Amino acid sequence: MNLKFKNKKITGILTVLPSKEVSFEDEMENYNFSKEQSAKLKKIMGYGSHRIVDENVCCSDLAVAGINYLIERGHLKKEEIDAIVMVTQTPDYIMPVTSILIQGKLDLKKDMYCVDVNQGCAGYLVGLHQAFMFLEQETVNKVVLVNADILTRKVSKKDRNSYPLVGDGASITIVEKDTTSPEIFSNIKVDGTNWDALMIPAGGMRLPISPETGVFQEDDKGNIRSKDNLVMKGDAVFNFVQTEVPPMINDLVTYAGVEMDTIDYFMFHQPNRFMLQKLADKMKVSYDRMPNNVVEHFGNASGVTIPTDITFNLGQKLCDNEYMVCLAGFGVGLTWSSMLIKMGKLDFCEMINY
Amino acid sequence: MNKIASILSEIRPEFDFTASEDFINDGLLDSFDMISLVSELDKTFSISIDGVDIIPENFRSIKTITDLLAKKGVTVS
Repeated sequence: MNLKFKNKKITGILTVLPSKEVSFEDEMENYNFSKEQSAKLKKIMGYGSHRIVDENVCCSDLAVAGINYLIERGHLKKEEIDAIVMVTQTPDYIMPVTSILIQGKLDLKKDMYCVDVNQGCAGYLVGLHQAFMFLEQETVNKVVLVNADILTRKVSKKDRNSYPLVGDGASITIVEKDTTSPEIFSNIKVDGTNWDALMIPAGGMRLPISPETGVFQEDDKGNIRSKDNLVMKGDAVFNFVQTEVPPMINDLVTYAGVEMDTIDYFMFHQPNRFMLQKLADKMKVSYDRMPNNVVEHFGNASGVTIPTDITFNLGQKLCDNEYMVCLAGFGVGLTWSSMLIKMGKLDFCEMINY
Repeated sequence: MNKIASILSEIRPEFDFTASEDFINDGLLDSFDMISLVSELDKTFSISIDGVDIIPENFRSIKTITDLLAKKGVTVS
């Protein structure tokens, strides 16, 4: 499905990452594989260090810290926030929604809209779509998009397929009306027939958490996890990304009527370095235009990897200049989405530690 | 030794690849080994094997790997 948005602009991006940093080497002995094998994969996949929240920290804590940081520095006024879109797969509670917890903790006005969206690796794109749609309303002038996930809590520490890659984090993106902004082009596709390619089997109503779901079992590849943990069919997900993402970007540039070489940066979701390099090679995009260094420095925090990529690799450049940027997210659902957006002259584009 | 066989032996030195007709079904290569192999082949032959071609069918034997390389214009004797 193609989507087009007019008179909307991203005016600032902040990434909030936990201070606690754990290296792959520190965790290598948790995995059921030789150190030599793991070390080789570290290089190819880009395993490095990842950020992990302390035990008592939840997504709303990261979000509130980020929004308060922006308020204290004059980037944001409480009374201006007309809506919070919270994208997370790891809410503080099953109910109520985390966006309303954030409204309460920050003592924001009651005359506003709060909504949570359960999305993962395409969550930055889906969140932006929601924010843009809110801004169609006369009464909504500024939306705070929060992406946050603390998936290290849900991934088995003995799962070499997933644990070295995941990280925790949050991002705050401010989206506003702007009549001078060029059109934003986007597209999205979903495939619910492959719903189990990436999932957490237990914890919902279909299979509530119980002592039985917490029993650890070894899979045929030597990973050890329980039904309470995230499970990823790595081969299927890799193949899905390589098959679907390049044509999606072709469709997007055709829809927008632009040439690939007019796009300055391809800021894509980052599951691992190898996957990004293969996409870049296929799309004939140089690695400096499609950075792939988020996992090695911070881990993959689902919908937070794109804003982390932007703040880490572009940062101040996006405050000083304007660029044509292609965003793309792909993962759980399955869901895949991309966006072509002129981005720049931001009020802020930075990272902070929690 | 054939260059492909030599790379395979570096990746999984504990296995005798000449004794297998199906590296995947015989458990000689798993998905992470395939990624290691692709990375080595890319580097050795200065190519980039397409992501969509990184599927078990292409890594079952020296012959299927040779055929995969041929798609990229690489001939391995």
